[in-house]
Amino acid sequence: MKQRVLMKGNEAIAEAAIRAGCRFFFGYPITPQNELPEYMSRRLPEVGGTFVQAESEVSAINMVYGAAGAGARVMTSSSSPGISLKQEGISYMAGAQLPAVIVNIVRGGPGLGSIQPGQGDYFQSVKGGGHGDYRLVVLAPANLQEAVDLVTEAFDIADLYRNPVLILGDGLLGQMMEPVEFRQSTPRELPAKDWATTGLRNHNGHKNVINSLVLHAIDLEAHNIHLQEKYALIKVAEQKAELLHCDDAELVVVAYGSTARIVKTAIAQLRDQGHRVGLLRPISLWPFPEDAFAKVMPVAKNFLCVEMSAGQMVEDVKLVVNGARPVHFYGRMGGIVPTPNEIATQVLQIMGVK
Amino acid sequence: MVKVFDCPKSLTDMPTHYCPGCTHGIIHRLIAEVIDELGIADKTVGVAPVGCAVLAYNYFVCDMQEAAHGRAPAVATGIKRVVPDGVVFTYQGDGDLASIGCAEIVHAAARGELITTVFVNNGIYGMTGGQMAPTTLPGDKTSTSPYGRDTKKQGFPIRVSEMLATLDGPAYIARVSVHNVANIVKAKRAIKKAFEYQIAGKGFTLVEVLSTCPTNWGLTPKESLEKVQRDMMPYFPLGDYKDIEAGEKK
Ligand SMILES: Cc1ncc(C[n+]2csc(CCOP(=O)(O)OP(=O)(O)O)c2C)c(N)n1
Repeated sequence: MKQRVLMKGNEAIAEAAIRAGCRFFFGYPITPQNELPEYMSRRLPEVGGTFVQAESEVSAINMVYGAAGAGARVMTSSSSPGISLKQEGISYMAGAQLPAVIVNIVRGGPGLGSIQPGQGDYFQSVKGGGHGDYRLVVLAPANLQEAVDLVTEAFDIADLYRNPVLILGDGLLGQMMEPVEFRQSTPRELPAKDWATTGLRNHNGHKNVINSLVLHAIDLEAHNIHLQEKYALIKVAEQKAELLHCDDAELVVVAYGSTARIVKTAIAQLRDQGHRVGLLRPISLWPFPEDAFAKVMPVAKNFLCVEMSAGQMVEDVKLVVNGARPVHFYGRMGGIVPTPNEIATQVLQIMGVK
Repeated sequence: MVKVFDCPKSLTDMPTHYCPGCTHGIIHRLIAEVIDELGIADKTVGVAPVGCAVLAYNYFVCDMQEAAHGRAPAVATGIKRVVPDGVVFTYQGDGDLASIGCAEIVHAAARGELITTVFVNNGIYGMTGGQMAPTTLPGDKTSTSPYGRDTKKQGFPIRVSEMLATLDGPAYIARVSVHNVANIVKAKRAIKKAFEYQIAGKGFTLVEVLSTCPTNWGLTPKESLEKVQRDMMPYFPLGDYKDIEAGEKK
């Protein structure tokens, strides 16, 4: 029987992490994600886990580094300004190939910005954020059921590839309530963490070292080549996207996360009026779902990218479409959520409907 | 023939990259001897800093993690929480611990994190070429205090052991030196006590070791050892600053 419970986004993500076997959480308060660490501080002791409120996001991510290096399933969460502080640690984790899940409940920026939802952290999430040539797997849920499902996915992907995974939500997703069901995912075969630093006693006296320092250029290049090969595998295997009404869509709206929900409402209205509009919703922002674009290209005449930002994902849409079709953009900033009507107006304009 | 001096089992038998006259090597050896004597090599996880000891993960024969600059106490916290029956130590310089990692060490100490920190205070940023450290003595010349540290403009050195001893989390805080044999023996005793307190679950432990940097001080190894005694020890007095078994003393 299906067991659905009504939960707040931040708490649902936390509970999903615990069900995915996460037993360690290190965080620092920041709105609009506070319910996540609060829930963890309550729930983790019940399951024999550990919650530590760190002195800063810098410390929190480095505690994650240590715990991940010791082989634990570990999570941290924050919102934009705090995620900026974590970038150093994230780069080190990518370099040292440490699996962990990081949640960003994005708010408006730049700087202290606001505590309203935003999508201005796309560049930071998918293009680097920290220093060096590295990638995070970035998953962007659009509803709470998906958020819950993606948490398990995130831990599995992290462990499978030994890479940090970022869940990119936003203030809307974190604060809303929806019914969710904690269901079993298809189990993946995951490699043993025989590299973890838990003491020589646990690996037959063989010494394990967690490290991202590679002093000789030739060795560091080899390490980078290895990382790039890993990213290439992820690119093939881990693309995720939703296609809605794309079979006959002349105009394809591209949107992720909360924005995609609003786009869906706009599309329903437009469809009722007989307009052939569809939605391509990237769920994995990195790897960017290029395969999904290949599917809609034969019919699509125009693309419209809608974001709660000045236009960040639209750059990736343009890269994929590569000049073959016009790519339009509509965005709101500063924590303003676009309305279905605004989006519908944009669509009709592009389609030349008066 | 009887062998009377050998490489500790917990120390890799290889030449280190440290400069002649630098005491990092001696301090490494003391830690390794303590790990051997306590028989804990198979459950010890060390955390190396960013600084001259960045390659410490090559020198200790135990599991190691390399931390970002100053973050070793946070990394060690993560490790210890996952491996509570393990022994976790950080090895940090004064730039690493007292400057960029000041928040991390203070809060690890305040939490009473069950780790041991070996804090190597040489009053300078060795690895980056001799810049001023938070522990550089007033008047001392470095590459970023070329006229001598002017306390009016560059402030005062931080006495880490005294500062951390004000907190309730630490079980043992001591400052030692390795400038002569008698002090090396005392330093080892302090490091051993710190590890023992950690194993007994008494609280956070830190041993500050006054150290040398002949290369960046511009002194010979012998002059460097003399400077430790003459200039550093008056500003950074040796002794136990906190020992929950002995009661607090100054
Ligand atoms: C974030 C960051 N900032 C600066 C550096 C450069 N850096 C490397 S070592 C070091 C100072 C180390 O000095 P100390 O901790 O006193 O150790 P020592 O080298 O003297 O043993 C600095 C500033 C770095 N690696 N990372």
